[in-house]
Amino acid sequence: MIGRLLLFKLLQAVPVILIVSVLAFLLMSLLPGDPAVIIAGEGATAEAIETVRRGLGLDQPFHIQLGRWFARLAEGNFGASLMLNQSVLSAMGERLPVTLSLAGLSLAITLPIGIFAGSIAAYYRQSWIDSLVMTVALLGVSIPGFWIAIVAVILFSVTLGWLPSSGYVPMSQDAVQWFRALIMPAAMLSLFQIGFLARMTRSAMLDVLSQDFIRTARSKGLSEWKTVGKHAFRNALIMVITTMGILVSTAIGGSVVIEQVFALPGIGRLVVQGILARDYPLVQGVMLIYGFAFVIINLTVDVLYTFADPRVRYD
Amino acid sequence: MTDVVIAAPILAPRKRFQLIRRLLAHRSFRIGIVLVTVLAIAAILAPLTGIEPSAMRVRFRFRPPSPEFLMGSDNFGRDILTRVLYGARVSLWIGLVVALLSGIVGAVIGVFAAQFRAFDAPVMRLMDAMMSFPAILLALGITAALGPRMESVIIALSVAYVPAGVRIVRASALVVRELDYVQAARIAGASNARIMFHHILPNSFGPLLVHMTFVFAYSILAEAALSFLGVGVQPPTPSWGNIIAEGRDFATEAWWIMVFPGIGISLAALGLNLLGDGLRDVLDPRLKGA
Repeated sequence: MIGRLLLFKLLQAVPVILIVSVLAFLLMSLLPGDPAVIIAGEGATAEAIETVRRGLGLDQPFHIQLGRWFARLAEGNFGASLMLNQSVLSAMGERLPVTLSLAGLSLAITLPIGIFAGSIAAYYRQSWIDSLVMTVALLGVSIPGFWIAIVAVILFSVTLGWLPSSGYVPMSQDAVQWFRALIMPAAMLSLFQIGFLARMTRSAMLDVLSQDFIRTARSKGLSEWKTVGKHAFRNALIMVITTMGILVSTAIGGSVVIEQVFALPGIGRLVVQGILARDYPLVQGVMLIYGFAFVIINLTVDVLYTFADPRVRYD
Repeated sequence: MTDVVIAAPILAPRKRFQLIRRLLAHRSFRIGIVLVTVLAIAAILAPLTGIEPSAMRVRFRFRPPSPEFLMGSDNFGRDILTRVLYGARVSLWIGLVVALLSGIVGAVIGVFAAQFRAFDAPVMRLMDAMMSFPAILLALGITAALGPRMESVIIALSVAYVPAGVRIVRASALVVRELDYVQAARIAGASNARIMFHHILPNSFGPLLVHMTFVFAYSILAEAALSFLGVGVQPPTPSWGNIIAEGRDFATEAWWIMVFPGIGISLAALGLNLLGDGLRDVLDPRLKGA
């Protein structure tokens, strides 16, 4: 049963990966005007433009270009950055630790706080605790992260001088400085996520708490801790798993903006620099790899969900 | 036989009033609708400040908030209150259009996918693929390709939020199409189009409306982020995002330049989220009282 389901999910992921590659390819053909002229840059000679056109295969008809694109991807060639003179993979590889540290630390802050806050709000429904938690959660999903991040820099870095306002130190070099550089960006990134997760957890938990088996558990004399902590919480967690994909996705998406505010040399900053420098192969490559990564992440979430909730297997 | 009319169980006039009364009884909804209405009116009345949003008056550079300049002035002596109000027009407009556009396109695709099963798998895989990119990154890629303009931001965000709308409408359409009255309509000989747009869509409208309200809020946040990164609405046209971006360089000396537009974004998103919460509680009876 499980094997078949996993196989089905895996087979579903194949066309998604193919479509993701086509979408990333189409991004380049969306460019208004002649991409070769744009990529060659202002004031480029006619020969230079022609060289770029050939180099990118833009002189070929569409289907040939698409065929070449797939052939290139099959070789593991995700293109090369124009501004960095470097392959997209190695450019991303250098910056991946920064983005992963940021997103990882942010999720490490988000998960316990978000789940705890959401559960406690649901348990003390319509009390002051509920109102307080939900108001804060609502602010979290409403206040723009980059804006509050700038305000935090002014407060904690410029005024109080507690934390660095920008820059990154690798963990291998100095773990304490790594943490000091990342804690404020990660916390700012977490505000939206905590709000989102708390709201999700609360509604999942309310849903479970209103079900018959909870009443049964209570009426058979099970302690409150066991009823809520074990029966209800575990079932609510299953629903929370489905939000993991969204959480990781918004963490990566949010890191694009947060990295810009804190001048962290991560992948998000790379993309923005690429866009401003019109380095389209770079943007295309990064989009493509992020797309692939999220197909895999979503697949993993699906699989986890299947294991966590036996009911899914019989659908 | 073609005269057999099976009334969709959507709201009769009396029930509609009941719905409005229930919405108005919901505290979040009330606060939300007041916030959103006030901001919308303020945006519409922006010209009443009597100042051009991009009028530079060097004599009045960096004035802190005062009775004369309620929100202060910036490095060009431009009045921040005026710019925030004109920015509200741009930001709210983008949010509204994106919510409507992505909602309508999502609804049509979602209903089609639910009605024509052969259409379903390919469409949903395309939506999966689009959802594989973080929304802001997808929007960033599209605005980069289309050029940094307001129209690009609208298109990019609409594309980014369509898949979620498709999923929501499809899911509720799949439930609705199996209900007795839809089956009855089918037996009575109703066409596919009639079933889709007269019977299924109106009854999938609740979840869609809730979703569109949240997309409105997300779009305002996303527009601000894109404009902040420099690929959104371009100066001198003020948008909440680009006023913050411009004010950032002076954040320590002239905090008012970037603080007020940020409050604007927060209030707008807060109002819309509250509105969405209210609509969800009232329109989705399963979560009622939650």
